Amino acid sequence: MFLRVQLPLLLTFLAGLIPIVAFFFTEKARLVKVPNDRLEKWMIIIAGFAIMLGVVNVVQGNIRKIERKGPGWHYAIFLLIGLVLPGSFGLLGAFNVGPFHGISPHADGSPSPFSFFVSYVFQPLQATMFSLLAFYVASAAFRAFRVRNLEATILLLAAVVVMLGRIPLGESLFAWIPGGKLALGTFTEWLMNNPNTAAQRGIMIGAALGAASLSLRVILGIERSYLGLEKD
Amino acid sequence: MEGFLHFNLQRANAFVLFLLFCTLILWFIRAARTRQDLFIRKIAGLNAIDEAVGRATELGRKVLYVPGISSIDENQTIASLAVLSHVARMTARYNTELDVPNKDPLTFASARETVKEAYIQEGRPDLYNDSIVHYVTYDQFAYTASVAGIMMRERPATNFLIGSFAAESLLLAETGQASGAIQIAGTAEIAQLPFFVCACDYTLIGEELYAAGAYLSRDPAMLGSIKGQDWTKALVGLAIIVGTLAATTGLFDLARLFRAR
Repeated sequence: MFLRVQLPLLLTFLAGLIPIVAFFFTEKARLVKVPNDRLEKWMIIIAGFAIMLGVVNVVQGNIRKIERKGPGWHYAIFLLIGLVLPGSFGLLGAFNVGPFHGISPHADGSPSPFSFFVSYVFQPLQATMFSLLAFYVASAAFRAFRVRNLEATILLLAAVVVMLGRIPLGESLFAWIPGGKLALGTFTEWLMNNPNTAAQRGIMIGAALGAASLSLRVILGIERSYLGLEKD
Repeated sequence: MEGFLHFNLQRANAFVLFLLFCTLILWFIRAARTRQDLFIRKIAGLNAIDEAVGRATELGRKVLYVPGISSIDENQTIASLAVLSHVARMTARYNTELDVPNKDPLTFASARETVKEAYIQEGRPDLYNDSIVHYVTYDQFAYTASVAGIMMRERPATNFLIGSFAAESLLLAETGQASGAIQIAGTAEIAQLPFFVCACDYTLIGEELYAAGAYLSRDPAMLGSIKGQDWTKALVGLAIIVGTLAATTGLFDLARLFRAR
């Protein structure tokens, strides 16, 4: 019971309280600043060890999938190759084993095996995933801007104004009116800086208080569902 | 004693507000323990959890739970784990398949404990296995690709996207939408909220996410803290109104008292 309940709650209490206390003291207050700095370092070290736990889990899970030959088991082979190959290149390069010299590109500009993998496989794959966003923004906007009710219509009008106000076409649309060239841009800025910012700040204030309230519940051990535990 | 001499006086305003906030929260927690009639407004997204898990059970398909991409030191992740605990209890109760892919290793370790404990507390440890909560990768877009792949290949009936998200929020939410799953999202990241609102059936906005654990547990002490938080919000609102009026009329600068240093 102590190891499963009291000890995690005690550690949570200390880990939560120390940074709060440290925030209200200057750097000279070593009594609180030193434990706080230590805590931050421990967090990095623990995260480093935890990632090994993750890697072991990935390997175990995918080997199991290949053994069972369940649906999509062949993807697991590619995943393991993608994990082992660049990982080995990185490790061997870091220790200068055989032809693997370093992990950065060589002095003559030629890539090391590891940097080759990063530049020509990993980064293009990342860019591919990120670039998909453009298409998803279009499909989400199409759904959001359909005129279904009054709120959706206001949203559509505001979106059209903001989009036009931020492109040269928007300027030329009203250029024939004296002083109208900047009208749409100015209105766009007003929309973004006033109604939009006001709504955002409302959410931010609520969220900040919510976060502080949750922190207090966690530090005091009232909220313990993240440990999978019920109340007392 | 030496430590207290180094109190940062420039943060005295924050300290006073911190004490006021804590006092209000603790007072309402204490009051809630003796009263059972606390009113908390209904949160549609949290009420829909039971329905969403029920749908997966009826269809015989899995529930996908994405706890965000941040580590356990992020409040949103802790709030997400509280919701995960509730969802895991339901999947254990109804014998529904649950899948929790993780990006952060510390969140992974915590989520695993949360789910394991939920299955034990529900009296179904036999249904728990380590593959329910699994690690994917530390890279944001590789993680996104993996989760999107799960959504399209395995077609979960219900997707939960609850926690801290960044650019991957829309990629995940739109993929889930395309797969036909019912989606409940929740985040306090202002920039990602519009994407979730567009692509998900229910969205927990900001403070609703942080209130989720209290709301779902119905524990009076936790609900009391929400009440205290609401009163603080009312005081902040009052300060904004008074401050705006004072600044407009040029009487005094109330904002100076709240300025962070």
